[in-house]
Amino acid sequence: MLPRFWRKIRYRYDLIGTRCNTCGRNYYPPRNFCPVCRRRSSIEEVQLSGYGTVLSYSIVHDTPVGLKMEKPYVVALIQLDEGPIITSQLACEPEEVHDGMRVKAVFRKYGEDGEDGIIYYGTKFIPAEEA
Amino acid sequence: MRKVAVIGVGQSRFGELWDRSFRDIMLEAGVEALEDAGLEGKEIDALFVGNMSAGRYIAQEHVATLIADYAGLAELNIPSVRVEAADASGGLAVRMAHLAVASGMHDIVIAAGVEKVTDAGELSMEIMSSSADMEWEGFVGATLSAIYAMMTKLHMKEFGTTEEDLAMVSVKNHRNAVNNPKAQFKSEISVDAVLNSPYVAEPLKLLDCAPISDGAACVVLASEEVAKQYTDTPVYIKSSAQASDYLALHSRKDLTTMQSVVTASRQAYKQAGVEARDIDVAELHDSFTIAEIMAYEDLGFIEKGKGAELIREGIVEMGGEIPVNPSGGLKACGHAVGATGVRQVAELVLQLRGGAGKRQVECETALALNIGGTGGTAVVTILGR
Amino acid sequence: MKEVFELVGIVSYGTYIPRYRIKAEDIARIWGENADVIKGGLGVLEKSVPDLDEDTATISVEAAREAVRRAGINPKNIGAIFVGSESHPYAVKPTATIVGEALDVGNDFFAADLEFACKAGTAGIQNCMAMVEAGMIKYGLAIGSDTSQGAPGDPLEYSAAAGGAAFLVGNDGVIAEIEHTCSFTSDTPDFWRREGRPYPSHGGRFTGQPAYFRHVVSAAKMLMEETGLKPEDFNYAVFHQPNGKFPVRAARMLGFSKEQIEQGLVVRYVGNTYSGSSLLGFAAILDVAKPGDRILLVSFGSGAGSDAFSITVTDAIENLNRNPGVWDKISKKVYIDYGTYAKFRRKIRMR
Repeated sequence: MLPRFWRKIRYRYDLIGTRCNTCGRNYYPPRNFCPVCRRRSSIEEVQLSGYGTVLSYSIVHDTPVGLKMEKPYVVALIQLDEGPIITSQLACEPEEVHDGMRVKAVFRKYGEDGEDGIIYYGTKFIPAEEA
Repeated sequence: MRKVAVIGVGQSRFGELWDRSFRDIMLEAGVEALEDAGLEGKEIDALFVGNMSAGRYIAQEHVATLIADYAGLAELNIPSVRVEAADASGGLAVRMAHLAVASGMHDIVIAAGVEKVTDAGELSMEIMSSSADMEWEGFVGATLSAIYAMMTKLHMKEFGTTEEDLAMVSVKNHRNAVNNPKAQFKSEISVDAVLNSPYVAEPLKLLDCAPISDGAACVVLASEEVAKQYTDTPVYIKSSAQASDYLALHSRKDLTTMQSVVTASRQAYKQAGVEARDIDVAELHDSFTIAEIMAYEDLGFIEKGKGAELIREGIVEMGGEIPVNPSGGLKACGHAVGATGVRQVAELVLQLRGGAGKRQVECETALALNIGGTGGTAVVTILGR
Repeated sequence: MKEVFELVGIVSYGTYIPRYRIKAEDIARIWGENADVIKGGLGVLEKSVPDLDEDTATISVEAAREAVRRAGINPKNIGAIFVGSESHPYAVKPTATIVGEALDVGNDFFAADLEFACKAGTAGIQNCMAMVEAGMIKYGLAIGSDTSQGAPGDPLEYSAAAGGAAFLVGNDGVIAEIEHTCSFTSDTPDFWRREGRPYPSHGGRFTGQPAYFRHVVSAAKMLMEETGLKPEDFNYAVFHQPNGKFPVRAARMLGFSKEQIEQGLVVRYVGNTYSGSSLLGFAAILDVAKPGDRILLVSFGSGAGSDAFSITVTDAIENLNRNPGVWDKISKKVYIDYGTYAKFRRKIRMR
């Protein structure tokens, strides 16, 4: 899993998505191929602002083994200001979250490959009012 | 394309089968199906096996051959194919077997589904969740239940579906399972019990979610001509359709509609020459209660947003206009992942034959909907006499 | 005196303080100590606690991003990153590389992690200054950041906190010129952590006179001697803050007034953020400083050494967005109890 994580570090640490210059759509997670333009795709990387709005969320109680310490945590569908919807964690108390909440990206730890393994960093979101 | 009949069905018990192995449960379902069809074994031309994740659940790959071997078919050297589409693997195995017979390539084909989940212990939930996009959903801790929970919240907000509506789906399916000897939970539960069960991923609670189950199911498919040699009451696969969608929920245009279900069902209705209102009974994919309510809508049983009305008004209850999940569904019969889609078809064959015992529904046309993950795959099978 | 550092200074800065706090009372209650005695003796009322998903790397990245955002520079122009910490997430595998990637600095940059107990951040500033001065880089990023741990029941537990500050060093758009820096260094084993051990050990009262005071006072005096400056030439002074008492006493020993140190004395409400400690105080001063103000910054790292700086604020500071400031961040807080703290700091583990 180490190379698999490393390969996407650039996109996980920073919200770097892609844009199809043919149709103008932004993608995050990044796509190398625009599902609308397909072979006419003209893809380039784009830095997203990191601001967005919570469309839906869930407070997760039944967690994967590696995330038991974090329980409960908040997972949300966030519509970024540039259009794409992403699934991410909200680094805040469950009771702070509400639909339509403005959020901004922060750099946080997602987990680790055991005590001897590598640490998985990535992007989470916090209430934008906080900043 | 030739007409294809189901001439035999079999199913193991579903549940936590601690004393039974992957091979044991598959064999149990297979033997029952062959007996039901009146086959000796050597008549079988090919095998399609639906299985999501034997590699992770029991660290065994190459399971299609394993199953052919343990079914005593090794010396026949027949083709045996594993089919994977997460928890739609079973439905897809039926479809691939259907195509193999319909095309004229084979005359008698087995579609089987099997999953041995409980050996994986506490990892079983994570393995199930790998049907979501592991890079961009799984990485951030979005479990399968969390993704369905986010759909649920949107459905509630947009259409007014309530936690009570969801609970009623679970209550109905538990009630139905009482009459299914092979079901995992043969006990009724109350709406309060569902509402008071602990949250898994808010607003979904433990009793909104299908359990972790071991199990296997098997159906024998034959061309119309061959079927007549074995049975006087063949049940026909009138159509089978599969559709896919974006793997991750966040990429989809509409977060409260499963476009794969809409597309597959419309194709299936067209091929079968029926409409939604012609369906007399259905086995739907209630991995989470919300999935059953969304399925009512996406299959066209009722318009978008009004799915909860069918459960509130009893239309999907036994004795209602379209009984849904007479078997108990995934919630109460159990959700043995790769076996589920095959089990749904086996149940509907029993219903159409009039052999469903205490849970018998009067029916001529039946529909099975098997979903992979959060809707990335949908398989719709329409059966009739 | 040598005037080699002319025109080099701070271009921008950013800070990060985790939102969680634990009060001295809550720690004292667990160990049967008298909270009033502890608070009076240490001068620390509460301390910051990192969340489970925060560590020196995440704190460094957030502080650095704020610095880069405020400066409005292209991160590709950052030529060096030094992260000073005694709690790097990896014993081997640099935090600086994680910061570089998260900032999208590219691959053309010098990087190293530094460790010198609580003064590794200021050592990073000196390294960046030298590289800018030598023309090796356009901008250097020096970060002091820690998520320090005191052993359960150790007096350190009341103060060991989490936070960090990042400074963009360059010679273009300087908001605070570093006029001079010098260091006072010796082999003084006042506080240490052996390889592979989870918690530091220390010499108790030995950490005071022969360690903290000797090095801080000597470095400050050395700087004033070399520059010819006197305490009254500085508008502000900030010293390393292992607790609320030491920096106040050091200021008094050197002839600085309470007024000169008050703005930068953040330790009472945030604890000792180790490599971030004197730098957070310095950032709190920059938050309110006016053009022409002169600041004395003296760090201290056990083991031991002190880096002293004389820094003068320029007109350009008026153009830098300095909000939210350090004190704003200190006031945004959520209190947790000892159980939650023990879990967040992984003092208790789930099987």
